[in-house]
Amino acid sequence: MSVDARSFAAPDPIPAGRAILVLLRPKLLSALGRSAKGRTIGSRIPLLAGSALLAFVFLFIVGTRLLSALREVPDVGPLLASKLLGLALLLFLGILLLSNLIAALSSFFLAKDLGLVHEAPVDWLGVYGARLLETLGSSSWMVLLMLAPVVAVYQSVYGGDAFFYLIAVVTLVPYLIIPAAIGSAITLVLVRVFPARRTRDILAFVSVIAGALLVVGLRVLRPERLVNPEGFRNLVDFLALLRGPSSLWLPSEWLAQSLTGYLDGAFDPFWLWLSWSTAAALVALGAGLHRWLYEQCYTRAQEGTESGQRGDRLWRLFGAMLRPLGLARRELVLKDARIFFRDATQWSQLLVLGVLLFVYVYNIRVLPVQTSETLSRFLVAMVVFLNLALAGFILAAVAARFVFPAYSLEGRTLWLLRSSPLDPATFVWSKYWSGAVPILVLALALTVLTNWILGVAPMVMTLSVVSIIALTLALVAQALAWGVTMPRFETANAAQIPTSLGGMLFMLTSLLSLAAVIAGQFWAMRGYVYSGLPWRETRDPTGIELLSAFAITITVTAVAGFFPYRIARRRVARGAG
Amino acid sequence: MIRLEGLTKTYGSFTAVDGIDLDVPKGGLFGLLGPNGAGKTSSLRMIAGILRPDAGRVLVDGFDIVEDPYRAKARLGYIPDRPFVYEKLTGRELLRFCAALYGQEGEEIEERILELLQLWDLDRWGDELVETYSHGMRQKLIISSALVHRPRALVIDEPMVGLDPKAAKLLKDLLRAFADSGGTALISTHTLEFAEALCDRLAVINEGRIVAYGTMDELRASAESDDRGLEEIFLRLTGGESQAELLRVLAG
Repeated sequence: MSVDARSFAAPDPIPAGRAILVLLRPKLLSALGRSAKGRTIGSRIPLLAGSALLAFVFLFIVGTRLLSALREVPDVGPLLASKLLGLALLLFLGILLLSNLIAALSSFFLAKDLGLVHEAPVDWLGVYGARLLETLGSSSWMVLLMLAPVVAVYQSVYGGDAFFYLIAVVTLVPYLIIPAAIGSAITLVLVRVFPARRTRDILAFVSVIAGALLVVGLRVLRPERLVNPEGFRNLVDFLALLRGPSSLWLPSEWLAQSLTGYLDGAFDPFWLWLSWSTAAALVALGAGLHRWLYEQCYTRAQEGTESGQRGDRLWRLFGAMLRPLGLARRELVLKDARIFFRDATQWSQLLVLGVLLFVYVYNIRVLPVQTSETLSRFLVAMVVFLNLALAGFILAAVAARFVFPAYSLEGRTLWLLRSSPLDPATFVWSKYWSGAVPILVLALALTVLTNWILGVAPMVMTLSVVSIIALTLALVAQALAWGVTMPRFETANAAQIPTSLGGMLFMLTSLLSLAAVIAGQFWAMRGYVYSGLPWRETRDPTGIELLSAFAITITVTAVAGFFPYRIARRRVARGAG
Repeated sequence: MIRLEGLTKTYGSFTAVDGIDLDVPKGGLFGLLGPNGAGKTSSLRMIAGILRPDAGRVLVDGFDIVEDPYRAKARLGYIPDRPFVYEKLTGRELLRFCAALYGQEGEEIEERILELLQLWDLDRWGDELVETYSHGMRQKLIISSALVHRPRALVIDEPMVGLDPKAAKLLKDLLRAFADSGGTALISTHTLEFAEALCDRLAVINEGRIVAYGTMDELRASAESDDRGLEEIFLRLTGGESQAELLRVLAG
């Protein structure tokens, strides 16, 4: 049988418009496919939709009350309400820009299907359009979800008609397109200067820093002062300070002007026209830049290398410190540490932890527990339990982020460990302590600092420290066990792994363990706690109370940690996954 | 050296490996041939101790891979078909890590690592992250990782994938020298010329079962095809329908 080469005649290039649809189709189909099979999205749809609805209702109620209160402030109320919308939209614009920068890097330069796309006879404009839409979609959906309650709150408080939603949609589209076009263009230029992998690291770092600063900034503003008139006046002063330099160059301001203009009955189509024309111009400019630079940048992204690993002396020193662990354990811990600190998307999460620690300690510091002399002892005792609950919750979340994915991240390299004579118990040990030690440091820092700020009795401090150590050891074991039992080998992004069903089950069991410890301690210490009430005689905790609390804590955490650890060992030995 | 007894592996209702019995003698190169999906990779992964058999057993130098995994695995070096390794380690760190998994460290291992890197022309890449390596370089690194602890037997899945002609020739020479010095290699491959030229004994696997076993002459006899090449024997033993189908597709 012969093969007729004429039957393979080259087809004409696909025109841009059709190419966009063709290129986006596999992405949509794979998303729908995942949903249909119920493996990932499908099984979580009811849960996600329910959570989103709850969050929407909560934000709507809180937002409506806040905005109504703001509008009623004499003289400056309407201005503040409008200013608040501008600030929210400016914040979202910043998030959109950062998110588009990172998404563009992935969709234009690092996606696995790019080789296939570039070898096909697809028009360059089609590639640009499809990748821009992909970038826009993946960066904007979360912001859209956050914007939905904001729009609903303004419509409700201002009594806008249904047409307001149409105006919102028409003005939101260019608001989303503009950062996508700018982000894609900046990414293109960045890759022209740095290799793509280095650019990804830089962007991950910048976004974490930006997020951290934002959280710290918002917390230090102390929005809780809105609930008392004194703090409210301070916030008014603060917003009044911001009154002057409202930049008319920012798309967030154009959107705010369109929305508030419509609600005030003074809609000016100029802002709409400005948004759309700017979006169109930026897309055209972005397409031109893409045509000019993309080919050479894409080639460069494939060649990009990082040369020369520095810090070898530090690693040697760390290795020497780990020498007492023995060869296999030492090398496993070293390997995990090297991988963690060489991946900017991983180590930059430490900054988030730092921010978390700061915000938490700051929250405790500004708690009004000392406001009433008679109630303060009771409040402090209650806050100690609340503190343990919140610190435990934070530690569970940290364990979910760092320990739960540890086994999944071995993923496609597990063959190396399984084909070697490595004892599975050694592997589990190294994963456990690699996670437990840093989390213990965080746990102790949280507990000791906050209890010191609260000025608790030494024995209560001791109980808190013992409790948090025991809880951390148990939570890490649970995170490891769930991570081994329900691994996600196909997900390369460590941050996505805890969002799986296994991650949620871990959070559930960890919260149950936490609740059991706190309930047990409260029961044992109830006499001491109630002695802080103004009509009771104050006293220190008795030896029996403290011993009971210790015993309950140790028993519950031993059970909650020992069995999960054994499960993890058994499953790894059997070759889980 | 490697003995399979009734080895079976199923994935749901699909039986990938169906009660295989195979004896790979000590010293020499043993080829495992078979079409895609015949059960080669599953068999090799069970021999290496990565997958757990549903039935049957694997003995390496007399040690059961499930009952006594440490002694069995200590004698083996495994080279997978796809070179997935830790991207954020350097080549040298990866080899050091692999040696540590076999309980080896020190000056001797450092010299061995250098020797292996030089052998594959990777010495100037030794301190670069693996993420910067090409597919072929990763394959060379994985071959080195299987050799770093001086195993007695090698289990190799598709050894030639990604290697340039120079590296392919080097691998052939290396495997020959390994066998001549008393080592055993079980090699799964699609490259029939490679198997024909290099392997002392062959087994053909199809639909999870061994359908032929022996030297080239013994295979010719079992396929009733005198003086035919391995390709003809292979197609006869495994069915040539897929080839005909491929030609129909290409002809449009």
